[in-house]
Amino acid sequence: MPRSAVAAAVPKADPAVPPAAKGAPRILRVPEHTVEIVSDSGEGAQKCGQIFAAVSAKMGNGVWTVELIPAEIQPPPRVPEGASGNRIRLGEKTITNWGDRTHLVIAFNEQVLLARHRVDALADDAVLLIEDKWARSEDPEIVAAWNTAMDELSTRSYRIVPVAMEDQCLAVVADPRKGKNMFALGLLARIYGRDMGKIKDQIAYAFRKKSEEVYNQNVSLVELGYRWAEDNIDFRVEIKTSESDKPLLVMNGNEALALGAIASGMELCAMYPITPATSVSHLLSEVFERFGGIVHQAEDEIAAAGVAIGSSYSGKVAFTVTSGPGLALKTEFLGLAVMTETPLVLLDVQRGGPSTGLPTKVEQSDLLAALFASTGDAPHVVLAPATIEECFHVMVTARRLAETFRTVVMVLSDANLATGVTPFPQPTLDESWQAAPLDLSPVREGQKPYGWDPETGLSDRIIPGRPGGMFTLTGLSHDDRSKVAYSSGIHQHSSAMRSRKLAVLQSLLTPPEINGDPEGDLLVVGWGSTKGAIEEAVERARALGMKVSSTHLRFLSPLEPGLRKIFSGFKKVMTVEINYSDEISDPYVTEENRRRGQLAFLLRAATLADVDCWTRVPGEPLRPGLIFEAIRGRLPKRGGA
Amino acid sequence: MSYSCGLLPVLNESEGEHQYEMSEYEGAKARWCPGCGDHSVLTSVQRLLSAEQLIPDQTMFVSGIGCSSRFPHYLRTYGFHGLHGRALPVATGIKLHRPELNVFVVMGDGDCTSIGAGHWLHALRYNMDLTVLMLDNGIYGLTKNQTSPTTPQGFKSNTQPQGSFLPPMNPIEIALGVTNASFVAQTAEWAPAHMYATLQAAYKHKGFSFVRILQRCPVFTPLIFQKAVKDPARIQLLVHDEGVVAPELDKIYARKVQHDPLDLAAARAMAEQTEFINLGLFFKDPSRPRYEDTRRVPPKTPAERVQLLEKEFARYAV
Repeated sequence: MPRSAVAAAVPKADPAVPPAAKGAPRILRVPEHTVEIVSDSGEGAQKCGQIFAAVSAKMGNGVWTVELIPAEIQPPPRVPEGASGNRIRLGEKTITNWGDRTHLVIAFNEQVLLARHRVDALADDAVLLIEDKWARSEDPEIVAAWNTAMDELSTRSYRIVPVAMEDQCLAVVADPRKGKNMFALGLLARIYGRDMGKIKDQIAYAFRKKSEEVYNQNVSLVELGYRWAEDNIDFRVEIKTSESDKPLLVMNGNEALALGAIASGMELCAMYPITPATSVSHLLSEVFERFGGIVHQAEDEIAAAGVAIGSSYSGKVAFTVTSGPGLALKTEFLGLAVMTETPLVLLDVQRGGPSTGLPTKVEQSDLLAALFASTGDAPHVVLAPATIEECFHVMVTARRLAETFRTVVMVLSDANLATGVTPFPQPTLDESWQAAPLDLSPVREGQKPYGWDPETGLSDRIIPGRPGGMFTLTGLSHDDRSKVAYSSGIHQHSSAMRSRKLAVLQSLLTPPEINGDPEGDLLVVGWGSTKGAIEEAVERARALGMKVSSTHLRFLSPLEPGLRKIFSGFKKVMTVEINYSDEISDPYVTEENRRRGQLAFLLRAATLADVDCWTRVPGEPLRPGLIFEAIRGRLPKRGGA
Repeated sequence: MSYSCGLLPVLNESEGEHQYEMSEYEGAKARWCPGCGDHSVLTSVQRLLSAEQLIPDQTMFVSGIGCSSRFPHYLRTYGFHGLHGRALPVATGIKLHRPELNVFVVMGDGDCTSIGAGHWLHALRYNMDLTVLMLDNGIYGLTKNQTSPTTPQGFKSNTQPQGSFLPPMNPIEIALGVTNASFVAQTAEWAPAHMYATLQAAYKHKGFSFVRILQRCPVFTPLIFQKAVKDPARIQLLVHDEGVVAPELDKIYARKVQHDPLDLAAARAMAEQTEFINLGLFFKDPSRPRYEDTRRVPPKTPAERVQLLEKEFARYAV
């Protein structure tokens, strides 16, 4: 694996002395590499990372980028909690997740580097390029902090390369604090052999709102960093590139959801600010009006759901987007939409919970809340995109299902998809993805507000403005004419009609694909953003001869069909999820009282299979290496082995 | 916002010369208690619909939950009987998408000033073209006699049997305090001519027309306005050519005060005084911005949207 390749190829250097490149640098030819740029908030590390990632994607590398976001907007400088930046995993092939540990870091101070060290983000043999002006500070406290940090970092066999970044930048700019992110980009450009033409194009794009002077200055800084690396860095990393023959787009999951909403023809996004969902509406606020749509920022989460329902009811399906506590607030309206069979797309970009929880961090803990997010029996659809590309397409599917089945479609994304950036094939747009124009023709003779087909429970809705269709929609239990139910028989029947729709939908789905053999010792089942990491872990296990397969669910309600049959091909079935579960070895925990992962809970109920789970809530995406270890640990013992 | 309406064929105009009679707006038989003020509001509203010849299928009543929120069921228009306190967000969504519809909102005092208070304040500020009736009988009736924010101090209920602890909320004062509120009026269920004139003024105002209708609940608060009902001298009418005009009331209500509805300071002073019950238009300013107008965007066809989205993709192209 590439981690060790770096260490093997790069001799340890005295941290105090920049390594002088003697002769040609060593070339590390690796299938993939992971880079981080970390800084205090506001030092431009993210810009550097984004440009590097975009250029890498354009050159034909697989790329997965994750933002490293501190909880505060302006944390104090030089504290580990303030670490901000980007992590970019590059590879020869498509990269589907953020990977394990980082191989190379550029850090603007030692405290933010410590933060990454302390969460075990760095490979044991990682190369750390660090701004070293702190070691020479006039402030003895800073020097002491630097020395303490170096001691802590020396507990691992990192290779520390001090770089006087700001001093170097002074050759180009008066305030080097503002320029060193571009100097860092130059370092990366040299180390990873990035195309300078593409870098310049990307700088021009990233600073398109700034003056030409800014562009020129940034290019000079990149060139400065490039030359410094040429003179001082004694290795280069080579990852094969292969340019795609299909046009690719590169974006994060929230951007994909926003553009997918446009592609679906929806015209109203009603929202209230909440992390990490809000950036969906940021993009829409910028562009939606050009497409004939608007973003309505409501007074609260409840109102956002109500406005979307009012808009859906009166014509085209609208959507509301939220996270965490916002979902809890919307549940009353969710029940109303289900009861009145008013279509609604409810997008939940999950974060850690409960309560305020981990606002900027990933978790998949809303599954059960999404499934059962109402009092009474409120059958509705729950979908989970597994990739950033699917974030785009899921909105089209969700709108259409909401309309066809006259129900709520919840879409569960998460902070991993929301902040991850990766290229995917440009969708081939289709006008038919969009809602038809409003039908305001007179209602048919005898048409009822809920003309339930007795087999399927499906019915056509009547929107206001249709002559002859006047009726009062009500959240009270009602009959097919929307008249309030005063007898128990009506409630039994209407409940059946609303429930039947999910069975009908399931009958239209195909069983999930299996990654690997259809039979074996262990089947790993996942949902949502973990697909890439799970499949990578399963492939590692299979490469070592383990009989492991995986499958990934997009439909959580109704579940995709055929699960019992699929499960029967394996000795053991285990979910991997980013939510909390008890370990069977925990004190007091028994097979009976063990609280399992949320998908495991659901699958056990639906299939009666003894589904195990391995779940973690680290506040970060699952690392494929940890999933691999879990697979190895949970693999059923083979007879005689 | 005309965003999708612009794509529609011209909306159905009135079916030729058809004249809508009051009876054509009648829905299910009202199931409110005998003597409930809601009946009188319903009659006034039906009269208004007929007077204005509003096309039933282009007219929408949105309500919350409570006795008064059964309102839409008793009309032959489109109706949305939704959640307790949440009529206004639903109406906002409807009006944003379908500004051509005549949208009325009916709420009770608990609905509007308690569980839905947040929406109420913001809806006043959005100033969308909605006619909003708050049927205020000072009590929770449907759930059987609990104190509401407008229950008179000292009034005994099932939740405050010692008597309501605090002075009641003054919804008119609150509405007048909200920036960008554009129409605030008060009327009473026992003065039907005044109520009708008020509802008509509210309907004709383009913007968020907030009307508080003082009511008695025949079961739980039959006497709360007893003095004013018995003695018209306890009522003061706010009169102005731009306000609520009901000359037939001259004989009953002698106490009148000229009040220019554009004078917000005077309106607020009037709302605060407790000597009389003021009925009439406290405030009206048709020039205040309406949210749906500020959000109007040109509609796009599916083909145009596809074309624009292709262009948008260029921003993300690798």
